[in-house]
Amino acid sequence: MNLLRRLTDGVPSRALWCLGLLLVGLLVAPAVLGKYGLSVLILILYFAYVGQAWNIMMGFAGQLSLGHALYAGLGGYIAAGLFFHYGIGPWAGLFVAVAAASAAGAVVGYLGFRFSLAGVYFALLTIAFSEFTRIAFDHWGWVGGSGGLFLKVDATVNLLNLRGGPILFYYVILALAVGAFILCRLLLESRLGRYWLAIREDAEAAQAVGVPVLRCKMIAVVISAAMTALAGVWNAFYYNNLFPETAFAMGRSIEFTLAPIIGGLGTLFGPIVGAVVLTGLGEIFTDLSEVFHISGIKQIFYGLALLIIVMYRPAGVWPWLADRFGFGEKRR
Amino acid sequence: MSGAHLELAGVGKNFRGLRAVHDVSFAVPAGAIHALIGPNGAGKTTIFNMIAGVYRPDAGQVNLDGKKISGLRPDLVCDAGVGRTFQIVKPFKGLSVLENVTVGALHRRPNLTDARAAAADILQGLGLHDRRNQAAESLTLPDRKRLEVARALATEPKLLLLDEVMAGLRPTEVDVMVAFLRDLNARTGLTVLLIEHVMRAVMALAAEVVVVSYGEKIAQGTPAEIARHQAVLDVYLGEEEA
Repeated sequence: MNLLRRLTDGVPSRALWCLGLLLVGLLVAPAVLGKYGLSVLILILYFAYVGQAWNIMMGFAGQLSLGHALYAGLGGYIAAGLFFHYGIGPWAGLFVAVAAASAAGAVVGYLGFRFSLAGVYFALLTIAFSEFTRIAFDHWGWVGGSGGLFLKVDATVNLLNLRGGPILFYYVILALAVGAFILCRLLLESRLGRYWLAIREDAEAAQAVGVPVLRCKMIAVVISAAMTALAGVWNAFYYNNLFPETAFAMGRSIEFTLAPIIGGLGTLFGPIVGAVVLTGLGEIFTDLSEVFHISGIKQIFYGLALLIIVMYRPAGVWPWLADRFGFGEKRR
Repeated sequence: MSGAHLELAGVGKNFRGLRAVHDVSFAVPAGAIHALIGPNGAGKTTIFNMIAGVYRPDAGQVNLDGKKISGLRPDLVCDAGVGRTFQIVKPFKGLSVLENVTVGALHRRPNLTDARAAAADILQGLGLHDRRNQAAESLTLPDRKRLEVARALATEPKLLLLDEVMAGLRPTEVDVMVAFLRDLNARTGLTVLLIEHVMRAVMALAAEVVVVSYGEKIAQGTPAEIARHQAVLDVYLGEEEA
């Protein structure tokens, strides 16, 4: 009860009703949606979830990571590798995966924060680590090198080993997305959350009022990396294949950043709204390019649409929507 | 809340061979208000930064209530009981006025609701309460200066370092700030060290004035003594009369 009160404190009841309806809608969605619709919804939830994780670092604590594929890739590879080689199920494997990704996050974070790398220089460091790891995995036999790691496709539902069809994966990613949302809300409304915002706004002033800046940044990167690793585990078991070329790709890291940027950095709903907009646009342009038989048209229009959104709504789509419909989540 | 005794003993700082501060010693007794004055570039802010933990002194040490605080990180100096404002104000721009001060209050009150209530009280005292929900970036400069003071006070310091908080204020606003600080000092016994160019404020507030020039202390005394001190007149007040 106490937790529920903390979660809903200060939220307008209209917004609570909308949230409740949304959750019910998402819970019954697989019964209503077809295969295609479900796959789109899965994609939306996936990007909302990783977006939420990345947003903790950039949106809350103000630290730009362009190498989050590192944590997702590590998480996915470790859980999949343990399952593939030793038959260790992902529910056990994810602990190893999360631990490894958190450790990686701690190393990247410590190097960056201890030596005061800020802004783009810190971002370059995150890219570098992701790239090192990609090259290492390309040559590492245990994970199949550049040839990739494949899990046996098996549609019979086996919760213990996270094997099954799209509906299983839908509910798992839904649970992750809801959990991430709740976690972020609790974090933001805590001392740590306020300290992150203070660091984002001005680290020197924050430290002068007693904020242990290095420790707070480290906590941000470790939580963010751990959450992203879970997304990687889910992703590996959903797609059943992993290649260093894609798992640690720069492009994947960029993908993780788009939903919060488009939706609204530092807001709780930004990553969710951004994921809806991005995935929606992506699907529309894919259909268009198929209708007109012009390959590549998707990327062009997709890019243009993003440019237009960033130009006209630089604070993101969600703050603007919230203003218009009176849901009033401020960018703190 | 009560004041702490500040002591600087032979403090010095060089920047790549440039001597910014050399062998500066003075003390501010618990509950006193002292001022630190001197021409631009004399090293006043560098001295502040050594007290606040931004710089580690190359020589000497800074003690608070007899415990060494020089060399500690700024957040630990804050823990020890030092609150400071920045000459070039550093508000958390995207946060509201209340949230700015709340961050300071969280230092001694981990609970967000308690911290907010404490922050609101401080804003009331500084006349910023009406503006508490405004974004800090929308404040005028005098209000930003007040916000700096509010945020530092929220950490419940025993020593408050004020770096030119009167600069840019109108005379009536200076009087309001002076009255606020004097009242605060009388009520809580908070020790205050202020860097100030506004002599009206220095004369009204400070029991003693420390004068620095070219990184060295050249005089210390009551405002009246300092106003007559020949070395001070030469380097500082004298310049203005010329």
